[in-house]
Amino acid sequence: MASTLAEPVAVLSKKDFESNQDVRWCPGCGDYAVLAQIQKLMPTLGIPRENFAFISGIGCSSRFPYYMETYGMHSIHGRAPAIASGLKLARPELSVWVVTGDGDALAIGGNHFIHAMRRNIDLKVILLNNRIYGLTKGQYSPTSEMGKKTKTTPLGNIDRPFNPVALALGAGATFVARTVDADQAHMASVLKRAAMHKGTAFVEIFQNCIVFNDGAYDAITDRSVRDDARLLLEHGKPLIFGKNKDKGVRLRGLDAELVTLGENGVTEADLLVHDEAAARSSQAFLISQLEVPAFPVPLGVFRAVSQPSYETLNEELHADARARRGQGNLSDLFKSGDTWIIE
Amino acid sequence: MSTIAEAAEAGAKPVAASRPVEELDSVVIRFVGDSGDGMQLTGNEFSRAIAKAGNDFATHPDYPSEIRAPTGTLFGVSGYQIQFASRHVFTSGDAPDVLVAMNPAALKTNLSDVKRGGMLIANSGAFNEANLAKAGYKSSPLDDGSLDGYRVYKIDISELTARALKESGLSKKEIGRCKNYYALGLMLSLYSRPLEKEEDDIRNKFAKKPEIAEANVLALRAGYAYADAAELFVTGYKVRTAEITPGTYRSLTGNHATALGFVTASERSGVPLFLGSYPITPATDILHELSALKHFNVTTFQAEDEIAGVCSAIGAAYGGALGMTTTSGPGMALKTEALGLAVMLELPLVVVNVQRGGPSTGLPTKIEQADLLQAVYGRNGECPIPVIASRSPADCFDCAIEAFRLAVKYMTPVILLSDGGIGNAAEPWRIPDPASLPKLEVKFRTETEGFQAYARDENLARAWVRPGTPGLEHRVGGLEKDFLTGNISHDPMNHQRMVDVRAAKVAGIAREMPPQEVSGPSEGDLLVIGWGSTYGSIVQARQQAVTEGRSVAHVHLRHLNPLPPDLGDIMKRYKKVLVPEMNLGQLSRLLRERYLIDVVQLNKVQGKPFKVSEIYDRILELC
Repeated sequence: MASTLAEPVAVLSKKDFESNQDVRWCPGCGDYAVLAQIQKLMPTLGIPRENFAFISGIGCSSRFPYYMETYGMHSIHGRAPAIASGLKLARPELSVWVVTGDGDALAIGGNHFIHAMRRNIDLKVILLNNRIYGLTKGQYSPTSEMGKKTKTTPLGNIDRPFNPVALALGAGATFVARTVDADQAHMASVLKRAAMHKGTAFVEIFQNCIVFNDGAYDAITDRSVRDDARLLLEHGKPLIFGKNKDKGVRLRGLDAELVTLGENGVTEADLLVHDEAAARSSQAFLISQLEVPAFPVPLGVFRAVSQPSYETLNEELHADARARRGQGNLSDLFKSGDTWIIE
Repeated sequence: MSTIAEAAEAGAKPVAASRPVEELDSVVIRFVGDSGDGMQLTGNEFSRAIAKAGNDFATHPDYPSEIRAPTGTLFGVSGYQIQFASRHVFTSGDAPDVLVAMNPAALKTNLSDVKRGGMLIANSGAFNEANLAKAGYKSSPLDDGSLDGYRVYKIDISELTARALKESGLSKKEIGRCKNYYALGLMLSLYSRPLEKEEDDIRNKFAKKPEIAEANVLALRAGYAYADAAELFVTGYKVRTAEITPGTYRSLTGNHATALGFVTASERSGVPLFLGSYPITPATDILHELSALKHFNVTTFQAEDEIAGVCSAIGAAYGGALGMTTTSGPGMALKTEALGLAVMLELPLVVVNVQRGGPSTGLPTKIEQADLLQAVYGRNGECPIPVIASRSPADCFDCAIEAFRLAVKYMTPVILLSDGGIGNAAEPWRIPDPASLPKLEVKFRTETEGFQAYARDENLARAWVRPGTPGLEHRVGGLEKDFLTGNISHDPMNHQRMVDVRAAKVAGIAREMPPQEVSGPSEGDLLVIGWGSTYGSIVQARQQAVTEGRSVAHVHLRHLNPLPPDLGDIMKRYKKVLVPEMNLGQLSRLLRERYLIDVVQLNKVQGKPFKVSEIYDRILELC
């Protein structure tokens, strides 16, 4: 470590973050786009390459660490947030990323997912949501829509799906965002925001599975229709969308209502203004409830608030204990409590 | 009686008793009462007073899994047994010489264990109609002659405590809680122990509640004075000082010792300790102890579940900390998949299983040793993990250090088996000089030249690399890896090679094991092989058999996987081999399988430790 401090930090490029392993996702998989964006993002963060660690679980998306020329672990199904939490606590100076999928994070790993969100430990959790089980070849996932026919739901899915953004907000996450694999620029900006956030940063990425669930996000990725189907969130701006930027969302009681600007006297001033920094997540949660077909799909940063991160609080506890008691030494520890001498 | 009560009320210090004092070699006392009666506290305090007087001791707390069961019920009885002696003590004793029973239920559930002719001290105030009915007594055993054959002392501890504290200003409920100190005072007097140190201890213990401290001191003095002055006890007793190695001592439970061992491993290696754990009886005390040591390089993480406990420890180990997790049987089952990952990652990790009665939730607060095969074999795939077991509370300290020594030397998870008996039981621990303890060598690789993530040293261990080390970026994972690079490999011969090398690495630990210590003749009629907390009972049973002229030896195993290399040869030198275990024969199975030598099983699964006599009787039958 000491030697690197003395040298100027080398300027790295995307290439420096590409490992020598052949990428084995299906041709056309949305995961490629996410990998490319993250490899592009890494050199811009001012963090030495050796200080990145990518932790994943099991599933297509969890192959991710093998393709990053950083430290990484491809662990077991659903447990990446727990492993990453231990790593971050032991080594707060590292930038720790979790790459997961809808099954990994929300089915088998649901418990670790919500507790990572709750603790606000400084992890970047990237969930590649393709709404299907790919690696096991096409079973429904916790984000598959009702009625969906898959190999395990030949008569249609009767499991109600999770809304990952709403789940993360409900668990108390301090940074929650959503983007989509086909919109490189939007994904890049959201990932950058996540990387800069101190605390648990959660990003849901709509990701197309070309083999088992192709076209799941066409409505919001097809350039000819997407502007009417998606709502790009911007902090401090009213919720406006549509090809002609003439549609909006306003508050009616405690719920959202779709309106058209200029109709029935509705003006921009009537619309809900996005506030990602609100202390409470109630408005972010309301926006997370906007779903097709009644509403456009919101993309962007739902919530970004600053709260002490878990590993920082932990370090403070240790510093405080040392300040009060001095650095621990074994001799005193052994002799603490009730002792007696046998001569 | 009134004069004593008056003296106690006035808070006067009692004068020394003038009654004759009889010397004893050893005494077994059991304190029993409601789970809210403070019997564990009383037992603990009594042990410390005994230890300070220079006796050796061993204890056995026996408590229900209910936190505070309805008062007076049979299932709510909590007990604490202590044996102290003028010689080395290995167990808490088979049968109590003295039973201190705080209510009828406590008497009923424990009477059958007490030595015939033993002393019963009963809190007669609690033997009222309601409590008798709850315990299923039709008439009071204190009065109906059913206790003939015991020396019964009826003492209304409830009332006497209340009288002693009537000026204290405490509520009736608070006064009720002081009666365990009254009982302690009685016993300290009976066994000729001074009061002053105990009074200081009480004041320290209740420093934040001085009025409670003073009430407890008064109750203690009142009990002491009563025993001194009442003519109930015609004789006082004294147990001669044991011959104990000189040094500074403290009383230590197995769980506490385990925690101290782990901190020591951290301090002696210069590597921070990380404990990821989820509370589970009877292992939680290790988490408690380490949580209080934040001024050391110790991080504790109370995870969301057992799986996150072990996984966070794996993450910390990957980061270059001494990662560990603590649990008991059901939690061990949940951690299984992660242990397989740790085997594949070849990272150091220590897993403590403080065993309890199983299967499933089983008997959370009772003793069993039935997780041995789970520890040795219980994972998918060929998944070898070294397993060691501690034999006594103080031995937990050494085993905790040994577990991390193996883990970092061989880059492997290690399972340390303890159990609820030794975890909660206390014994005197001679405090070592930290500088005299061996250093743990830990090397993190920083050299980039020729780096291969899975290249191995002479012990077949791969290098430990901390993320943050420039030029050594690499990936690890649960998929089979290439023999050298660690990249994913599905090559058939590579898998064979990796399975073989993981097995060889763990088997290779046997090379460094010293010859097994054999107590007794080096050949003869019978060898007793034990592991874990049966140690004390086996030692005493063997000693008794030897005094009967029997040719019997004892080997107690610390390393259970791999087994010591000389064990097979040792077994062949005896006509028979006896294996006492608190399971249905798990070590027996391992020994037969490994050495093709038959062994005689002695198995007990009653949630209670072996009595010395149970093993002794079997030894006499076999040789």
